[in-house]
Amino acid sequence: MDKKILLDVQNLKVEYALKGKKKVSAVSDVSLNVYENEILALVGESGCGKSTLGKAMIRLVPPVSGQLYFKGVRIDDLDTKAFMPYRRQMQMIFQDPYACLDPRMSVRDIVAEPLDTYKICESKEATTQRVTELLEAVGLKEDHLYRYAHQFSGGQRQRVGIARAIALNPAFIVCDEPVSALDVSVQNQILNLMKEIKEQYGLTYLFISHDLSVVRFIADRVCVMFLGKLCEIGDTELIYNDPQHPYTKFLLDAIPKADPTQRRASRLLLPGELPSPVDPPAGCRFHTRCPYATAECKNTEPKMKQVKGRMVACHMFD
Amino acid sequence: MEKKIKNTVEDGHGFRSVCYRLWKENKVAVFCALLIVIFALAAICAPLLTPYGYDEIVTDTYRLSQPSLAHPLGTDEVGRDVFTRLLYGARISLMVGIVPTIISMIVGALLGIIAGFVGGKADAVIMRLADIMLAFPSMLLAMVIMYTLGDGIINIFLALALVNWASVARIVRAETLKLKETEYVEAARSIGVSKWKIMMRHILPNCIPSLIVLFTLNIPSAILSESALGFLGLGIEKPMASWGLMVNTGRQYLYTNPWLSLAPSAAIMLVVLAFNFLGDGLRDVLDPHLKNQ
Repeated sequence: MDKKILLDVQNLKVEYALKGKKKVSAVSDVSLNVYENEILALVGESGCGKSTLGKAMIRLVPPVSGQLYFKGVRIDDLDTKAFMPYRRQMQMIFQDPYACLDPRMSVRDIVAEPLDTYKICESKEATTQRVTELLEAVGLKEDHLYRYAHQFSGGQRQRVGIARAIALNPAFIVCDEPVSALDVSVQNQILNLMKEIKEQYGLTYLFISHDLSVVRFIADRVCVMFLGKLCEIGDTELIYNDPQHPYTKFLLDAIPKADPTQRRASRLLLPGELPSPVDPPAGCRFHTRCPYATAECKNTEPKMKQVKGRMVACHMFD
Repeated sequence: MEKKIKNTVEDGHGFRSVCYRLWKENKVAVFCALLIVIFALAAICAPLLTPYGYDEIVTDTYRLSQPSLAHPLGTDEVGRDVFTRLLYGARISLMVGIVPTIISMIVGALLGIIAGFVGGKADAVIMRLADIMLAFPSMLLAMVIMYTLGDGIINIFLALALVNWASVARIVRAETLKLKETEYVEAARSIGVSKWKIMMRHILPNCIPSLIVLFTLNIPSAILSESALGFLGLGIEKPMASWGLMVNTGRQYLYTNPWLSLAPSAAIMLVVLAFNFLGDGLRDVLDPHLKNQ
């Protein structure tokens, strides 16, 4: 492997406190590497902890345990001040283009906020100049500078969000379902823009999504998550063409097919409901819904192991 | 595919566009605003509008005179011109409406934002203090403060500000808790903006619409509180005129000279109603959820 590791996540665990002594473990014991200049997609159904994992990776959510190494430096135990130089290298693009821009700030002020926070430009004019460049880089125009967020369409707002995220020249951007709130026609534009910008600025993305066709289009590697745990992680084409983990198989089989003759012919359906993350099943978390589950699955948690060129956590491959 | 963007007066946060939308949607509110301006101007220009002083005894032969050309609202029991006292009383009543409200808004907004955003111990301490203030009947509290501090306009300001900040803090705290969870605050955190700056640049500006409405709704209650205090004989030092005081002294002559009480009562009612209608109108215009419809 000649790829350089950008962010190394080890045994990350995030819990949310509920009323009483109960806790939801949104992310439990996740380890993964993000390589430089790649687009790593994180997929899974709603409530499986994708967003929490993404936010915990850039320290927007405090983890219970685990370590984060950014370019080899441990960053999870730094205090706010010492973390600032790393904070500016990790940015985020949000899901809801209607909620992620302050309705009372002009586009100039929104994009200038990161520049002002790190005092990057010397004067107000220089900041405005830089903001204009950033807006042009994401396909907006100079005369959009003094507009407010509500005067834009969803796609344009998301462009503003992207401009804000790249303002600090970050190395790593967590994209939390950046296109799921947009029209399909606009989705395409934004995805292409994100790809372009990634090449131009040498970025690395963690692309969180539940839209599997979008993931196939954009991602280099895919990471499948179920109930706070990783199931399978590997190159996109490898996983899409030949999924190994039973959950991945079900997930990919749920993609609607455009060909009516193929419909329902081989559709696998997943029985049961998503188990509650407050009280996750013992052993493999998927065993309550898995048709291949054995006694072993109920008792011991499967470990990640190398199977056919990717990592899988399932007892089928012991 | 990109939509063309218009930047017009119909769609903005500026003073001009707010006035425009207010005029378009709610003409009553605009008239109320004008009425308030007229009252304020009358109060400021009182010496120009009347030849008498507020404590000048204009007639000592016939004290409780009926309205006449020289004295449009007659004279009171001491022989002072009632119209003149009404104008000077507007100064006190409007000031008492506005100044303590501004003080309580600033204090309440700051404490509310800190309580909501910082949470934990700061939240507990501030909110328990607010609970204590809210647990007292506010009129009683104001009366106790006035008794202890004595008459005087500064003391009224203090008493009314002290009574009102708690409810402002509660409302702003609730608003802050809601805004704290929005994605744009999270975006600011992901950039690394400091807590103080998030509070001042993101939370406070987004509380402003509620604060403006609260402001216009708190002013009448402050004016009424002062009137009530004046009616009870507390408040400003005599012989200064205030509307509440005038209602109180005129009460004894209600059958023979009703305008002594009725004129200041009508003034209180007009100003209070005007502020309330203006507040309602502003709320509709400034609410971002209604705006896009």
